[in-house]
Amino acid sequence: MTLPGEWEMVVGLEVHTELKTATKMFCGCANQFGSEPNTNICPVCLGLPGSLPVLNERAVELAMAIGVALHCRIASSTFHRKNYFYPDMPKDFQITQYDLPINSGGYLDLPDGSHVSIERAHLEEDTGKSTHLGGTGRIHGADRSLVDYNRSGVPLVEIVSAPDIRSSAHARAYAAELRGILIATGASDGRMEEGSMRIDANVSVRKPNAPFGTRCEIKNLNSLRSLHRAIDYEALRQIDVIEDGGTIRQETRHWDEIFGETSTMRTKEEAEDYRYFREPDLVDLDPNQAWQDRVRNGLPPMPAERRQKLTARLSEPSQAQLEAVEVVIDLGLENFVNAAIDAGVEPALAVARAANELAAGIEMTPNLAPEAFSATVLMEQGGALSATQSKTVLGELLASGGDPKSIAKAKGFEQLSSDSLGSTVAELIEQNPDEWARYREGDEKLAQFFIGQVMKLTKGQANGKAVIAELQARR
Amino acid sequence: MKTAHQIAIDVQSGAGSAESELERTLGVIAARNEELNVFLHVDEDGARSAAASIDARVAKGENVGPLAGVPIAIKDNMCQRGIPTTCSSRILEGWRPPYSATVIDRLLAAGAVPVGKTNLDEFAMGSSTETSAFGATRNPLDPTRVPGGSSGGSAAAVAADMTSIAVGSDTGGSIRQPAALCGLVGMKPSYGLVSRYGLIAFASSLDQIGPFAKNVMDAAILLEAIAGHDPMDSTSLPEPPPSLVAHVNDGVAGKRIALVRELVDGADPDVVASVERAVEALKDAGATIVELSIPEFRLGLSAYYLIAPAEASSNLARYDGVRYGLRVDADDVAAMNEATRTAGFGAEVKRRIMLGTYALSAGYYDAYYGQALKVRTQMIEAFKRAYLDVDLLIGATTPSVAFEFGSKTSDPMAMYLSDVFTIPTNLAGDAAVSVPFGSGEADLPVGVQLLGPGRSEAQLFAAARVLEIAEGRS
Amino acid sequence: MTSPLRREDVAHVAKLARLSLSDAELDQFTLQLGQILEHANDMSSLDLEGVIPTAHPFGLINVVRDDVVRPSLDRDEVLAMAPDAEDGRFAVPRIMGEAP
Repeated sequence: MTLPGEWEMVVGLEVHTELKTATKMFCGCANQFGSEPNTNICPVCLGLPGSLPVLNERAVELAMAIGVALHCRIASSTFHRKNYFYPDMPKDFQITQYDLPINSGGYLDLPDGSHVSIERAHLEEDTGKSTHLGGTGRIHGADRSLVDYNRSGVPLVEIVSAPDIRSSAHARAYAAELRGILIATGASDGRMEEGSMRIDANVSVRKPNAPFGTRCEIKNLNSLRSLHRAIDYEALRQIDVIEDGGTIRQETRHWDEIFGETSTMRTKEEAEDYRYFREPDLVDLDPNQAWQDRVRNGLPPMPAERRQKLTARLSEPSQAQLEAVEVVIDLGLENFVNAAIDAGVEPALAVARAANELAAGIEMTPNLAPEAFSATVLMEQGGALSATQSKTVLGELLASGGDPKSIAKAKGFEQLSSDSLGSTVAELIEQNPDEWARYREGDEKLAQFFIGQVMKLTKGQANGKAVIAELQARR
Repeated sequence: MKTAHQIAIDVQSGAGSAESELERTLGVIAARNEELNVFLHVDEDGARSAAASIDARVAKGENVGPLAGVPIAIKDNMCQRGIPTTCSSRILEGWRPPYSATVIDRLLAAGAVPVGKTNLDEFAMGSSTETSAFGATRNPLDPTRVPGGSSGGSAAAVAADMTSIAVGSDTGGSIRQPAALCGLVGMKPSYGLVSRYGLIAFASSLDQIGPFAKNVMDAAILLEAIAGHDPMDSTSLPEPPPSLVAHVNDGVAGKRIALVRELVDGADPDVVASVERAVEALKDAGATIVELSIPEFRLGLSAYYLIAPAEASSNLARYDGVRYGLRVDADDVAAMNEATRTAGFGAEVKRRIMLGTYALSAGYYDAYYGQALKVRTQMIEAFKRAYLDVDLLIGATTPSVAFEFGSKTSDPMAMYLSDVFTIPTNLAGDAAVSVPFGSGEADLPVGVQLLGPGRSEAQLFAAARVLEIAEGRS
Repeated sequence: MTSPLRREDVAHVAKLARLSLSDAELDQFTLQLGQILEHANDMSSLDLEGVIPTAHPFGLINVVRDDVVRPSLDRDEVLAMAPDAEDGRFAVPRIMGEAP
């Protein structure tokens, strides 16, 4: 969307990502989405009197991995308490990092060549979750709420960008690239729908080269689509206010996904006084060079590098193919694609099958060996399987694993040997001399006629390309 | 009354039994608890079954531990699984923790028999046990006077011969001051020596659990049993527990000990006289005594009464009526929080929460809390400078002997001043011990305080033992 | 740090701390907290420019634990101590605003 007039939007994003650890940030309770309510709780994450936090080493390493991937400076850091009352926060303070975060001063380069500075990426703990009862089931109008502390104390990293983002599409591209990085580092599963990645957006508008306008913070955007819509809505709202002679108040706003609008949550004057102070129950975190190097050396290649490598295997890729590459990188399917290409599959076909068929069954990919993928697509390429059959075999492999040839056989995709296909084609030429004559004279449409006839005779077992090859051989 | 040391020897050798020791303890509690209000809860069943199991283990020839069959009193700010734990506050009344403090586990592993939970100033905020929501504890030596606080119940349990030893916690003097007022040995160990896991926090950077006993040896045995690294406490010192018992009789020959002017200035003449006599006794035992002024000590009180309340205001936020303890119903959750906290906390706790909230709030942080943290740095440096020249410091534990009920309750500042000699040690994270030496007004005991750097517990016990011997209590 | 504590400061702090004070308590706290803060003014005479604040007595660093799951508490036991519970969760009266 382009803004009216000469207006430009200025956006900074705060991305909260839950870390993919086995346990919570400060206790040994399982960090697990979807457990029965209040089953992953202990004295520490329930804030029971007398309990004390002990930092999860893996959470620190994942935070450092994020820092390395975002080119941040990793430094000695401390933990603070952010004090405010809220029922889903068991201690009524949140342990977070304040003036000395573990990561600061990094950047992220986007595929379009733009550069977004990262101010900081710090560690903090997540809160529990409330369910609102009565009324409409939303917080407003509810008559009581129920609290589940399974999420309380789950480790988070908050990644704060500089206000370098200039459009909703830009914001979306940043969030998508960041998500890819978080997944690649192993820090996060990037599942926005499960709340493991949540975004707050700081939005303001200005005329080109004017100083930044007053910003509003939009909380808790839970999908890339919400991010996109909320930023556009908010920028237009601010432009309307200013063009009507009003001024923007600095405030926190809530995005309503259903009504597609933002509304005031809290003005600056109502802002909480968090009374930050050093968390006395935790000591300083000062990762030495050896520890940092261990994390750095353990990091796999990031999406940008992987994207570049895979794209290089395609010759003059089309836009659609580039998009397919994007899907393959996002979902981490390169091992399948590379194995197939190495086995002789055309790169475009390998990318297409991975970006479509494997992507559709992404949660089942552990069942599928790269060799089985390669073998199936190679059979398709060689004409032994039709495209439809190839997709069916891949579906079966994803669902329950196994050997592609046996599956094809069991499905009755009995490969027509070129001998039997040849004799079928020869038979049809004999039976349909007129059509054959017209085809020989160059009427290519007739190829479809012969393919149809072959399919009828073979109950769909034949491969269209192979039929054409047979026809051409006899032309 | 047998010492803990003797009880353990008797139980382990079969000359006595955990059950008979426990019955004696329960008998004294039954006879005196109503008058003195020492125990908020006595776990007769649990203690009896623990004692029976110890006797059974002894019968099987097992070595039960250094506190075999010793009944022990627990300050009611330490969580013990299934046992009511209140911090002497209405807000936690009836709460039974689903877990035990590390110190409880260590006591059980050493063979001790926890008999119940003792009274304290509400959330350990006080110096007389008068702020307890469940009534003040009386000083067994003179029931018209306070036992000191905040660990007044634990001190009184030992002073009344209910148990030979007890555990307390010391944030600004809460072990040493009641020990002094009840005529006991009480130590505030180095910060991090004893795990705080399961100790209900008052001021996290200052709180430390420590022992009460009638004599130095028992205090050393108890501290050795509960000390040592705990992975559940990030601030726990990383090393194994120190050897204390083996060094109790090391003496002070060749040690340099400084009498600190700021640790006697303003104390009652009887108290000053006791400290001066203690200095002579140490000199007689071969120590070199010097006099020292550490002006930073005068600022301790101000820094402490900002730092401790600031941490407390955050530590006590969790008592909000949502998960455990008291709830006073209201229309919405914020109103419920407020009604619960207003009804559940007593005046002193509210005062300190207010003070701490103010000290941390926007616009005041730098002037108050921030400045206090810098004073804390100066305090630590002042101690370090002193310890370049001397091994230990000596002074009074408290300005006076046990005072009468109500004499300081209307004036918070007067009450706070009774911690003036004990606070510097907490700010520095160091160790100090109070040992009874001489007597003052109404023939009540005076406590002399010995202070040392971090990890100096063995030296402190050895010096305290010299004073104990000099007093004819061997 | 010499500004005297005002009654409205005390009222504001009470709100932050979720305590409600009667008029009499407000007066009393204003007086008492004022006295304590006045005593604390002895620190204001000090030049502490450049002094590093101490938040921890000892300089331990990097205390961490392994990322290994330990048993959680029994839900029934935990909910039994709650003032109100429903459907495996802690029940509270309505929440008036979103979390900050």
